[in-house]
Amino acid sequence: MILLAGVVIPRADAGDGEALLTGKCAGCHNLAGPAPTTLEALWDRKGPDLFYAGNKYKADWMTRWLQKPQRIRPAGMYYGRHIRSTPDGDEIDASTLTDHPALSAADAAAVTAALMRRKARSDLIHAGEYHAGNISLTMGEMMFDKFKGCLACHRIEPDYGGLSGPEVYTAAERLQDDYMMSYMRNPQAWDPRIFMPNKQLSDRDLGKFVDYMHALSATGGE
Amino acid sequence: MKRAGRSSYAFPLLAPWGYSLLITVLCALVHSSSASAAEDGAVLYKTYCAQCHGIHGNGKGVNVRDMSVQPRDHTDAKEMSTRSDEDLFKAIKEGGQSISKSVLMPPWGPVLSDEEIHALVGYLRELCQCSHGDGK
Repeated sequence: MILLAGVVIPRADAGDGEALLTGKCAGCHNLAGPAPTTLEALWDRKGPDLFYAGNKYKADWMTRWLQKPQRIRPAGMYYGRHIRSTPDGDEIDASTLTDHPALSAADAAAVTAALMRRKARSDLIHAGEYHAGNISLTMGEMMFDKFKGCLACHRIEPDYGGLSGPEVYTAAERLQDDYMMSYMRNPQAWDPRIFMPNKQLSDRDLGKFVDYMHALSATGGE
Repeated sequence: MKRAGRSSYAFPLLAPWGYSLLITVLCALVHSSSASAAEDGAVLYKTYCAQCHGIHGNGKGVNVRDMSVQPRDHTDAKEMSTRSDEDLFKAIKEGGQSISKSVLMPPWGPVLSDEEIHALVGYLRELCQCSHGDGK
């Protein structure tokens, strides 16, 4: 009985989650793929594609976040729809940003279960390729900013860094290590028209960047 | 007669898979055409460049506050006219370091086709209302 319950309950949860996904999430998220292949489609995207969520997100983080969602991309998605020009320069137009709805604990668990089943593009994941290492925050920031220029678009602290990309000080909490390796290796393999450049990082640098994401997360965004 | 006969004989044999093959090939052609179609320079600029160089190309993009080197003002005709189209193409394709400028300007060659980079160079000339060598 215990064994049966262990099998049946997750399936029921995933089924409920599937209904929630298609009923409440599909308006802003692409659940089935493919990723946008034109700039028009890229501009129209309102939230991250979820058809490879099971290869991208950490399940425990997803369940927590869905209950208490907080903005990850300061300028929203797609950033060009949420900025305005002022005499002092472009700025985020907060009036155009909408908050992600919060789910109950049960719904968050069900949606997470359904998301984790979405494993498109597994061909891009090299399972186990990331081997945890250490990097100091100073050296990591040197690589991230001075050597590779990533800080231009990403925040490494809640109020420090660029705004058009997702914050990275929570990346290691949110994202699977092998996904980070794969995405940074070739963002366009996942998302053909995305506005993150391919910096043609070596495998060694990719590993060091993931180390840095972990070091940043360990600071708790301080 | 013989050809017509062979055709009428071949048609029913091909029908079960021939049409599906044809449709697959056509779909692939349409997909490939839309995926590789060059986008308009202004739309490309707003997608890839405006995040740093600004919606209006004035170098005041939404990302600039914490950047150690400020992005080029593409509306600055005096500065932009010192750059040839080839220099601009190289900077976009290979990044700032390729022309001894900032690493903050990434190489877009792995993302954009040469045709799209040429479209961007054309749009830069619209923004600055200038050509290489103006003002000399």
